Amino acid sequence: MRSFLDMGGYAAFVWPAYAVTLAVIVLNVVWARRALARSRTAARQRQDRGETP
Amino acid sequence: MTWTWFHRLASPPYVYALAARLTPWFAWPAGLLIAAGLWGGLVLAPPDYQQGDGFRIIYVHAPSAWMSLMVYTTMALAAAVGLIWRIKVAHAVAASCAPVGASFTFAALVTGALWGEPMWGTYWEWDPRLTSELILLFLYLGYMGLRSALEDATRADRASALLAVVGVVNVPIIHYSVTWWNSLHQAPSVMRLSKPAMPASMLVPLMMMLLGFTLFFAAVLLVRLRGEVLTRERSASWVREALSA
Repeated sequence: MRSFLDMGGYAAFVWPAYAVTLAVIVLNVVWARRALARSRTAARQRQDRGETP
Repeated sequence: MTWTWFHRLASPPYVYALAARLTPWFAWPAGLLIAAGLWGGLVLAPPDYQQGDGFRIIYVHAPSAWMSLMVYTTMALAAAVGLIWRIKVAHAVAASCAPVGASFTFAALVTGALWGEPMWGTYWEWDPRLTSELILLFLYLGYMGLRSALEDATRADRASALLAVVGVVNVPIIHYSVTWWNSLHQAPSVMRLSKPAMPASMLVPLMMMLLGFTLFFAAVLLVRLRGEVLTRERSASWVREALSA
């Protein structure tokens, strides 16, 4: 386990690279869901007010 | 061959429902492939004979770089379809691509820098490959900035689509930069005509990551697309029904 975490001396480069990429993956899920939720709320309000374009 | 399926893809209510139905079919395989690829790349693949365990950055760097180019190409194609045939859904696809592409371009640049320091002795160099990839990030950011600056949705769609289509010249420049110019960056070892220059134990996890990232893009795109379609169609009568479902 120790040697795995050490990554043959490259730990300071390998782990941040994986962390940044996984963060980008997670953020993409969060941002996409948030964007959809926002659009749904906005569309619902528009429909309830019965506005025309 | 009939073209009805193609015409239906231009219909917002159809696309909205289809996107919702298709999302899990891309999301689950993407999650499984990325998990398996991580295991294969970090644990099962042997260390490289020159770079030791440092080479494992390839399993996050190459898929991120692939995403940066593939997502841009998708965005430019969708933008072109939107411009030529004036299809609103196509513009919605293009708009959905940009934040995804920008974030993975950022990941490609950061992971590349983290790979460059131990192997080349520098985080950054104004090298053709690195510079053209940085320009790609600016193209994505410019596209998103232009969209948010224009109040009118139709104008934002058309102006940003033009930028996306013109910017696509950068994609082959990035890909061939390592062959056309003298670059610090290595030439392709997988995306080339001849056999990949890697043993299967290293190659299989990389392929899983590449496919996993691609499916992940499809899943995120479908979620974002629903939002974009709703925003464009928020006054349409089908939306009430779609929202209550």
